Amino acid sequence: MYKEITIDPITRLEGHGKIDIFLDDAGNVAHACLQIPELRGYERFAIGRLAEEMPRITETICGVCPTAHHMCSTKALDDLYGVEPPPAARKIREFQYNTFMFEDHNLHFYFLGGPDFIVGPDAPAGQRNVLGVIAKVGLEIGKKVIDIRKRTRNIIQTLGGRVVHPVNGLPGGVSKGITKEQQEEWKKIAEDAVEFAKFTLKAFDDIVLKNKAYVDLIVGDIYKHKTYYMGLVDDNNRVNFYDGWIRVVDPDGKEFAKFKVRDYLNHIAEGVESWTYIKFPYLKNVGWKGFVDGKDSGVYRVAPLGRLNASDGMATPIAQEHYEKFYATLGGKPVHNTLATHWARVIEAMQAAEKMVELINDPEIVDPKIRNMDFKTPKVGIGVIEAPRGTLYHHYETDEKGRLTKANLIVATVNNSAAINMSIEKAARNLIKNGVVNDGLLNMIEMAFRAYDPCFACATHNLPGQVPIEINIHNKDGEVIRTIKN
Amino acid sequence: MAKPKVALYWCASCGGCEEAVVDLAEDILKVVDAVDIILWPVAMDFKYKDIEAMPDKSILVSFINGSVRNSEQEHIVKLLRQKSQLVVAFGACAHLGGIPGLANVANRKEIFETAYKLTHTTVNPNNVYPQPVTEIPQGKLTLPEFYDTVKSLDQTIDVDYYLPGCAPPPDLIMKGVLTLLSGNLPPKGTVIASEKSLCETCPRNKTKPDKMVIKEIKRIHEVIADPEKCFLAEGIICVGPATRGGCGERCINANIPCRGCFGPTKEVIDQGAKFLSALASIIDANTEEEAKKITEQIIDPIGLFYMYSLPTSILRRKQGV
Ligand code: SF4
Ligand code: SF4
Ligand code: SF4
Repeated sequence: MYKEITIDPITRLEGHGKIDIFLDDAGNVAHACLQIPELRGYERFAIGRLAEEMPRITETICGVCPTAHHMCSTKALDDLYGVEPPPAARKIREFQYNTFMFEDHNLHFYFLGGPDFIVGPDAPAGQRNVLGVIAKVGLEIGKKVIDIRKRTRNIIQTLGGRVVHPVNGLPGGVSKGITKEQQEEWKKIAEDAVEFAKFTLKAFDDIVLKNKAYVDLIVGDIYKHKTYYMGLVDDNNRVNFYDGWIRVVDPDGKEFAKFKVRDYLNHIAEGVESWTYIKFPYLKNVGWKGFVDGKDSGVYRVAPLGRLNASDGMATPIAQEHYEKFYATLGGKPVHNTLATHWARVIEAMQAAEKMVELINDPEIVDPKIRNMDFKTPKVGIGVIEAPRGTLYHHYETDEKGRLTKANLIVATVNNSAAINMSIEKAARNLIKNGVVNDGLLNMIEMAFRAYDPCFACATHNLPGQVPIEINIHNKDGEVIRTIKN
Repeated sequence: MAKPKVALYWCASCGGCEEAVVDLAEDILKVVDAVDIILWPVAMDFKYKDIEAMPDKSILVSFINGSVRNSEQEHIVKLLRQKSQLVVAFGACAHLGGIPGLANVANRKEIFETAYKLTHTTVNPNNVYPQPVTEIPQGKLTLPEFYDTVKSLDQTIDVDYYLPGCAPPPDLIMKGVLTLLSGNLPPKGTVIASEKSLCETCPRNKTKPDKMVIKEIKRIHEVIADPEKCFLAEGIICVGPATRGGCGERCINANIPCRGCFGPTKEVIDQGAKFLSALASIIDANTEEEAKKITEQIIDPIGLFYMYSLPTSILRRKQGV
C-alpha cells in the first residue's frame, strides 16, 4: 500500500507543473516525479508557415525568454539561406542578446532563486520572496534592481520593437541599426550593468559564501548529481551565449564531444513517457538508461552550471576571476552541486554585462550595413543559442520557397527535464523518512527545481510571493490525510 | 472601505502577458495599493479552493490571459466567471486565440504524432504517447485532457472587455485598470485600445499614396524596407489596415511590418478576410492572369493574415477533423 503525495500546482513551465510523490508502507519515498501537463504543438503548426515569420512565431513558446527563441530562430534562418550577417548586424544581435541575458539572470537571482539564500532557506515562507529580499537588503537596493531592469529592457524594446516578443531578426541581419546617440546613451547603461553585476557578486559573497550553513547546503549531497554537461563555447573553449561549438563534458569533466550545431542529430535523442507531455533528451552516444546518474547514463545538464562545467573559462576578465574562485571554493571541476547554479548564474550575469560594454563601445556597431541578402536556395536551417536556462535548438526544413515542411525544437528547459526529475526525487528521498513529512519539504523540493530554471517557476519573479505549492498526502483510498501549503 | 478584489489568471499562456504586468515597474505599486489581488498563481499563494469558497460576483474583475487548450483551464475560467462581476480577456491569446491558435491548422492526433513520433530527435519505437492515466507500480499518474481545438476566452465564457496585444503594452494595461476601477464602465464588449485602425496613427501613413496600387508582393527578408515608407505601398504585407491601433506602432518602429496582434478593428469579425479585401482593392492587375500571378506571391495567407486570430476567424479550424 502506497501513500501518494501530490504537489499541484507548482507554477508553470508553459503553464503548469505537478509533482507526485509515492510513499511505501514504511513511509519512505518509493517514487517521485514531475509531470508537465501541457503541450502546444509548435512543431506541427510550423508546417506550412513562411520561414521568415518563424522568429516571431516560435518566440511565443515562452514570454519570459522570447529573445532567446527569436535570436535562435533568426540564426536558423541565416543557416537556411546560407548567409552571414554583416559585422554590425552580428554585433547588434550579440549586444541585444547579452542585454537580455543580463536582465533575465538578475531577475532570477533577485526575484526567484536568490530569496532562498538572501532571506534564508528556513525563513518563514511568507518572507522568501522579493519583498523579503528588499527587507533584507534595503529599499534603496530594491529600487536599484527595478531601475536596472527597466533600463535594460528599454534597450531590448528599442531594438526589437516589442520587449515581450521582439521582431527585429531577419536572415542575414537585423531590421534596424543603432544610431550614434543610442550608442552614447547605452554605453552608460552597459557600464551601470557591470557595476550592478559587481554589486550582485559581492552580495552573493557576503550573504552566501560567508555563511557556513549555506555553503554546506550547496556542497552537500541532497542536491548533487553526477551527470554530463553541455554548453556553447568559443574557439578557446570559453563560455559564449550567442554562438560557437557545442561542447559536452563527462561526469569527470573530460571533453566528451565538441560539435557544430549542424551535427546535433548525431549527439542528441529524445525519449517519450506516457505520464507527462515533456520529452526526455539524452546523449545518443551514451544511451538512455533511465533517470540515473553516472557515466553510463546519457542524462546531461545545461544552463549556468552546465555552461561553466562545459567550458574552460569565461570570455571576460571580471567574470573569469569569479570563475576561478568558483572552482577553487567548490573543490575543482566539474561541480556537480545543483545549488551552485545560482552562483554560476551571477558569474554569467557579469560576463553578459562586460560583453555589453565591449560591444556597445565597438565603433563598428553603428555601421549602417546591417543586411546580407546573398541568399542561397533554402533547404535546411539549424540554429543554436544559449538561453538563460540552457542550450536551445531550432531546426527547420523548407521547400524551395522557404515554406516549412518540418521543424524540430529542443527548448532549453527540456534538456534538463530528466535531471530535474532526478533532483526532485533525490530531495524527496532525503527528506521524507518513516512517513514524517514536514513543511520544510516544500522549500527543499522547490529549491531542487528552482536552481535549474525559472521557467516553471518564473512565475515567482513577478512580485510578492513564491511558487504556490500544495501538497496533499493521500492514503490508498484517495482520502486526503494531510494538506501542506506554503 | 474594502478594496476591490482582483484576480489574475493564465490559461495556455507563454508568460509574456505576465511579464507585461511586471513591466508596469513602479506603476505596479499603485495597482497593488488600489486593489486587493486575491489570485495570481504566478506570484501569490492563493489556491483554487479559496476562490471556490468566495461568494458569487465577489471579485470585481478577473484578468485572464492565454487561450483555452485543456480541461483544467476550462474549469478554472468558468469558476472565475461565476465569482467575478467583470472578466477581461488579457492579451492576444485570450482575445483572439493568439499565435498558439495557429495549432488549429491541425488536430490533436496530428500534433501528438509530430511531437512524439515524427520530429528529428524523437526516438519512440514503442509508440508511447502521453495518456490521461498512466498506471505505475505505486499508483496512478493523471494528466489533464488536451483538447482538439484552441479557443479564445469568449468561446468558453462570457467576456466583458478585451485588452489586446501580444503582449499588451504597459501603458494600455494601466489605462484599462484605471478605467475599470473608476466605475465609469465602457459598453460591454469594448476592446480597450484605439477605435481607429493602425494605419491612421502610423507614422508612415503620410507616405501612403491616396490611390495605392501594388504590382508585386515582397517578403520581408527580400527587401531593405525604407524606414519612412508605408510597407504596403512598397508591396510588403503589413496587416495595419485590418488591425486596431493603440500599440504604439511597436513593430513598425523596429522597421518590421504589423502582423495584427491587436486584432481587427471595430465591427470586423474576421481580421484575415478584412485584410484580404483591403489587399484585393490595391492589387494592380488588368487581366485575370496578372492577378493570379500577383496573388500567387502570397504563399501562406493563414500564417500571414491570421497569425494571431485563427481561432476567432470564420475559418475557425481545419475542416473535416
Ligand atoms: S498574448 Fe502573446 S504574450 Fe500573451 S500569452 Fe499569448 S503569446 Fe504570450
Ligand atoms: S500599411 Fe502598415 S506601414 Fe502602411 S500605414 Fe498602415 S500600418 Fe503603416
Ligand atoms: S505593429 Fe501590429 S503586430 Fe506589432 S505590436 Fe502593433 S498591432 Fe501588434
